[in-house]
Amino acid sequence: MSEIIKVGMADLKICKSPDGVTTLGLGSCVGIAIRDPLTKIGGLAHIMLPDSTAIRDNSNIPKFADTGIEELVRQLVAAGALRVRLVAKIAGGAQMFGAQGRANAVKVGERNVEAVRAKLLQMRIPILASDTGLNYGRTVIFYPETGDFVIKAIGKPEKVI
Amino acid sequence: MENFNLNDSEQYFDVLKELGNIGAGNATTALAQMIQCKVDMKVPQVRLLDFQEVGQAMGGEEQIMAGVYLLVEGDITGSMMFLLEEKAAHTLVAKLMQMPENQEGPFSEMELSALKEIGNIIVGSYLNSLSVLTNMMIVPSVPDLSIDMAGAILSVPAIEFGELGDKILLIQTQFTDDVSLDGYFILIPDLESYDKILTAIGM
Repeated sequence: MSEIIKVGMADLKICKSPDGVTTLGLGSCVGIAIRDPLTKIGGLAHIMLPDSTAIRDNSNIPKFADTGIEELVRQLVAAGALRVRLVAKIAGGAQMFGAQGRANAVKVGERNVEAVRAKLLQMRIPILASDTGLNYGRTVIFYPETGDFVIKAIGKPEKVI
Repeated sequence: MENFNLNDSEQYFDVLKELGNIGAGNATTALAQMIQCKVDMKVPQVRLLDFQEVGQAMGGEEQIMAGVYLLVEGDITGSMMFLLEEKAAHTLVAKLMQMPENQEGPFSEMELSALKEIGNIIVGSYLNSLSVLTNMMIVPSVPDLSIDMAGAILSVPAIEFGELGDKILLIQTQFTDDVSLDGYFILIPDLESYDKILTAIGM
């Protein structure tokens, strides 16, 4: 029987086919799913903030886009994935409230997405698909077997990217 | 404050806890006046939770919630959130509008507007008590409303707390009347505002 492993907020987990990884209710945070299509080892990170270097207390590695993605890749490679074959899909980064835009000079959801894209580009991991922004929460499930990234939102049809 | 860290400051936590208690009490009174019903409040539970635990505390990350969020300006700055479960939100709206309760499904435009008003009054009275207590000017912005999964709504305050530490301060209040409703407050002062609050109350 395959298992779906849960990833919390500021958390990351890896798994191997036929298992999957999920994170529930992504808001302004971003979910980054990375897999090696040949070995079918994959993982999911749920990051909250764009940049670990901008925060004094940055010991929580999966909380940040930069350190979270590095750690996810490190664990995937350690589990047997090949670094150069890794591909990514991303979701989340919504702006849940209008006032959020006023709170931060730039919207944090948008900043998270930008930081994730920049980090993946720097690490030369291609982004095959994404579902980001807008103003609603998303639950995501990632299957390293197929690379399917299932996205559910309230009042919207389920989609697979 | 240079070395403020929410993760290991028992004393500050106690202060915020006490402010939370008083604020929630005031909010209950305002709620009772608004719906013209007797509303009792159980002693609020104030908890400092890890990010992973917050969704659980509200019945799971996918529990549909109504969240009212606004910014706080004046002598202190930050933001404030009030959350209600979807069902509790329907109940309150029906009471306020004197209409039969529509338990399921999406809210109408009129209901959303009523819900925003409920949130506005509850949060306003909460902040007002904080303002009186600290003798500081606290000006709330126009509230924004979101009906979505608890996890998604909570990502907003979690991210703001995330800049300070790995925990979130949650005040859970149970309003009881003919039915009991769970409401949650989250107050997020900016880093420098903690200092001002503590100084204002003589710590």
